[in-house]
Amino acid sequence: MELLREAIGSAVRLLTHGDPYTLEVLLLSLRVSLSATACALVVGLPLGMAIAFGRFPGRRLLLALVNTGMGMPPVVVGLVVTILLWRSGPLGALGLLYTPTAMTLAQAVIALPLVVALSAAALGQVDEEFRLQLRGLGASRLRSLWEVAREARLPLLAAAMAGFGAAISEAGAALMVGGNLRGQTRVLTTAAVLETSKGNFDLALAFGVVLLGLTFVVSLALTLVQLHGRPTSR
Amino acid sequence: MTRWWVAAAALVALACGLAACGGGSPAGRGAAAGSGPARGSEVILATTTSTQDSGLLDVLVPAFQAETGHRVKTIAVGSGQAIELGRRGEADVVLAHSPAAEQQLVASGVTGGRLLVMHNDFVVIGPANDPAGVAKTRGVVGAMRAIASGAAPFISRGDQSGTHTLELKLWQRAGITPGGRWYQESGQGMGATIQIAAEQRAYTIADRGTYLATRTQAGSGLKVVFEGDPALRNVYHVIPITRAAGQRVNQDGGLAFANWLAGKRAQGMIAEFGVATHGRPLFVPDAGKREADLAAAA
Repeated sequence: MELLREAIGSAVRLLTHGDPYTLEVLLLSLRVSLSATACALVVGLPLGMAIAFGRFPGRRLLLALVNTGMGMPPVVVGLVVTILLWRSGPLGALGLLYTPTAMTLAQAVIALPLVVALSAAALGQVDEEFRLQLRGLGASRLRSLWEVAREARLPLLAAAMAGFGAAISEAGAALMVGGNLRGQTRVLTTAAVLETSKGNFDLALAFGVVLLGLTFVVSLALTLVQLHGRPTSR
Repeated sequence: MTRWWVAAAALVALACGLAACGGGSPAGRGAAAGSGPARGSEVILATTTSTQDSGLLDVLVPAFQAETGHRVKTIAVGSGQAIELGRRGEADVVLAHSPAAEQQLVASGVTGGRLLVMHNDFVVIGPANDPAGVAKTRGVVGAMRAIASGAAPFISRGDQSGTHTLELKLWQRAGITPGGRWYQESGQGMGATIQIAAEQRAYTIADRGTYLATRTQAGSGLKVVFEGDPALRNVYHVIPITRAAGQRVNQDGGLAFANWLAGKRAQGMIAEFGVATHGRPLFVPDAGKREADLAAAA
């Protein structure tokens, strides 16, 4: 218990004193995980739409795959991405292994199934009547998709938050594809793993507290946007 | 009305911007350099966790980079994984402490020479009251027998690391097949394993550097119960990898690091390392010696 109290204390100290190492690790965490979430959204939202409204062969199989993907262990994603990015692997010529780009890629893969599944569910909940009405009013296909997405914007935001949460909190893939290089690929989770292995449990825990704080701030920002966008408030 | 979309678009734009500046960072550019010219190239060093956890590489790597212009990416994993990364040509140079596996790597023909760098020693640590009476035994084989015959709890790394390999060799020499309730595998690094041993009031084998570095917190309650047997010597070698392991191996960079590590300046830094914090050096520099000479001196 004392260790927990100390950790919260040292986390606050690290942040208020602007410790450059902590700041650097924190900013990289944010950068990698936000980029990964953005990538997952760019790829995942159209896929979610396709599953929600599309009628094509293999749709159910795709949904089942996406649902399985939500439980994908980050370590396995990390291992597969590592092997792909190895010098001897198919993408070895890019020289991406042990860079933040590789970490972004791995985290995007982890966040993608969450974004697809949750956005498909969100869009699927929009009233069928509403869609028919839009088409009846002569809206183009693209326009009606846009309107439906707007209608479902609150649960869609939740999908983005879930993706971000999965990305920033995972350690296994970040450790493998990033290599935990100080000043280059060390993020909050991998810093916590390293300090634990050194036996510096207080510092490891402090990084955990900083991580939790960061996730809270990002989620709070998104929640405020979400509340602001609530139809009843207008 | 469209505020939500603006916010979402801003978030995506921000993230893309952040990702873009990632591509322009020195880390991103360095990766693309691959196996370019020797000077100023990027060197991937695969090594054991002990060299990183002890803080030694935090001293050596910046000095090497400043002197040669090469950039080092240190991947700290177990000796088993480090050697495997070398064999596959995914690393340019390997620093390990697992002699048998290192010799296999050299025999596979994908390396340059294998240079002796330094040594320290392993110690058997356990509860301060030493319930199995390990401290009274003569020779580390006797110590292992005392633990097994007393069925005293023992935590093994169980991860094919250099420490784990040594431990298995000691059991073999003692004629014991470890198993049963008293023998547990942590599957984790040295620091975490020491912590588990401390929690369970168990024995374990640790390299002295990590034991000293974690003594204040993780290893509290544990003390060195056996030390000094020549079989507990912990010898580190550096092995440059050649293009025989893969076309993209940075052969010159790896060789430069290996030679630098065995050179005068690095050896001097190794001799000094740890004196300030632990009152004694954590490693003994050995470059230029032969392994047989080490055995004779011990």
